[in-house]
Amino acid sequence: MLARRIGRVAAHGCSAPVTEIFGIPVAVILGQLTLGLVNGSFYAMLSLGLAVIFGLMGVVNFAHGAFYTLGAFAALLGLQYCGINYWAALVLAPLAVGLIGVVVERLLLRRLYGLDPLYGLLLTFGLALIVEGSLHQVFGATGQSYPVPQSLAGALNLHFMFLPLYRAWVILASVVVCFSTWFVIERTRLGATLRAATENAPLLQAFGVNVPLLKATTYGGGVALAALAGVLASPVVLVNSHMGNSLVIVVFAVVVIGGMGSILGAIVSGLVLGVVEGFTKVIYPEASNIVVFVIMALVLILRPAGLFGKE
Amino acid sequence: MRARMWAVAVATLGVSVVPGTPVPAATDQVVIGDIDDMSGVYADVMGAAGVEAINMAIADFGGTVLGRKIVVLTADHQNKPDIGASKFREWADQNGLNLLLGGSNTGVNIAMAKVAAVKKVPLFNIGPGGASLTNEDCTAYTVHYVYDTVALANGTATAIVNSGGKSWFYLTADYAFGTQLQAAASKVVETHGGKNVGAVRVPLGAADFSSFLLQAQASGAQVLGLANAGTDFSNSLKAANEFGITKTMKPAALLAFLTDIHSLTLNTAQGLYLTTAWYWDLNPETRAFAKRFFAKINRQPTMDQAGAYSATLTYLKAVKAVASTDSDQVMAELKKMKINDMFTQGGYIRADGAMIHDMYVMQVKRPQESKYPWDYYKVVKKMSGEEAFGPITGLCPLARK
Repeated sequence: MLARRIGRVAAHGCSAPVTEIFGIPVAVILGQLTLGLVNGSFYAMLSLGLAVIFGLMGVVNFAHGAFYTLGAFAALLGLQYCGINYWAALVLAPLAVGLIGVVVERLLLRRLYGLDPLYGLLLTFGLALIVEGSLHQVFGATGQSYPVPQSLAGALNLHFMFLPLYRAWVILASVVVCFSTWFVIERTRLGATLRAATENAPLLQAFGVNVPLLKATTYGGGVALAALAGVLASPVVLVNSHMGNSLVIVVFAVVVIGGMGSILGAIVSGLVLGVVEGFTKVIYPEASNIVVFVIMALVLILRPAGLFGKE
Repeated sequence: MRARMWAVAVATLGVSVVPGTPVPAATDQVVIGDIDDMSGVYADVMGAAGVEAINMAIADFGGTVLGRKIVVLTADHQNKPDIGASKFREWADQNGLNLLLGGSNTGVNIAMAKVAAVKKVPLFNIGPGGASLTNEDCTAYTVHYVYDTVALANGTATAIVNSGGKSWFYLTADYAFGTQLQAAASKVVETHGGKNVGAVRVPLGAADFSSFLLQAQASGAQVLGLANAGTDFSNSLKAANEFGITKTMKPAALLAFLTDIHSLTLNTAQGLYLTTAWYWDLNPETRAFAKRFFAKINRQPTMDQAGAYSATLTYLKAVKAVASTDSDQVMAELKKMKINDMFTQGGYIRADGAMIHDMYVMQVKRPQESKYPWDYYKVVKKMSGEEAFGPITGLCPLARK
């Protein structure tokens, strides 16, 4: 059937554009591909933070969604009460939330190192409930609007669709952030030290490296990534106390598919799953919120360590 | 809603994340329960502020009825039918529950209606939209008080079709409420000579609506029918604006609450048609209630919160009239009496349990038309209860066509 379609297109020659693939208009396919990349960008940034924290510290950070929400609220409140604009918030909100992360690591998480990872999971899960419950108590459930920054208002005409400039910016920002994080961890001396801390912390400490500081910074950095994703999301969705908890489960699935702890795996599977989800929204929309979990189940059966994980 | 591990864990840790105080069954009390979404996506529509409205009604009534103290129990159903139904059962068995007010979520209220029938406890549905509650799922103890999917469609869809929006594409929340709302709107559109081009069913609580919106745009329909509610509604309208879809399609809010418009701001929501049972700025009585409510909650009440106030009063008036809390006697009185308060004038409860009252088709004001805080709607049309809720369908065995 595909051959016949291609044949028909070929017969029309170059002047006739391909209008359909498998009965779906090409414009729709390109549109969904683009939107899938936008959503995938959020998945990639969030799963990257989780992968960094798990890979380098062995902590299953269930509070990741809450830190994402905190990032968005930091941007919103910063704008409302201190007049901090979007661009400043992109830097300040992750810094502030990252600092909270450092405090959490120093005060709470570090007491659980060496215990079953389940303890860390429960602690962060509890933290998430507290953060979300408090935000709900203060700000209610319906949420508030964060304006799109003036310089990113408007849309790009891609011919197959109008892409709001802001969404294009999200893709760009996410790709840059993700690959620089990957570069730092996999290709620099700092990254090598970080990885060494996971392999053999006592030895590294014997070399005079301040391992506790390293771990606190790692956790702070991981949650700062979540907060950055939250700031990026705030002009797109209503900022509310629940915005993180619907995402975090999907993002965990993304991390499992990519391979727990694999940095590159988290980035690539985040982007790819965003696109897969996008196409599901056209082909069978009812399944769009479970497709990621179906893929996760398949990956766990066929390649338990994940697509990019080491056996 | 996504299978949220949060909620599961909370449920495992103990369902009673519940502020209500357990009260032993006692005949010296009249017990009113309220089971609602207190912490999820619908928590601002009624939620904790709705409890405040119930308490206001009790205080206005004098705090006692038939010489018995009136107490309120509340619980969070977390949008899970099983939690709602089991809490209702527990209160009916152990706490001497006399009346239950059902908050948001059609699915939960359908489950609770089954309990109402078995336990013979009146259930006033305040928050849910599904018209099936007074049709396939009706019981002798059900009163559907504020609005239903039929009334919403008769209001908003009729207004839009008549103003030229003939072809419709729906963005539908993929559960009982969304599908019932879409069905009701589709029927109205066809009756008025419009046509339904298509629909996409969106899982509840979707993170991103843009894919679905592009499908709507590709359909070439004139009207974007939003058969969803709460955060889903707000996020889909926000994205429709961002993608410029509102330039080519007219959005129709098949269910929107005042709190949604407040979150979206008038810049995004202006021009939108919607249908509501009540608005705080309709007349001196509504404004007086709103002023008292605002003093406590710092927000203007939604139609559900005003409805919860009125429903509580109505029940207490019926109890007083028959001098008993016997469910059958009270229900008989409820179906005889006229309801006159700040919520409605001349409202009445039909044999199938639908409370028939005026509904308002509203249009959201432009920012420059809004003169003071929360000045959001202008009345396009006041519909009589009969026009809004339509005739008895015959699907409920209690009410013949």
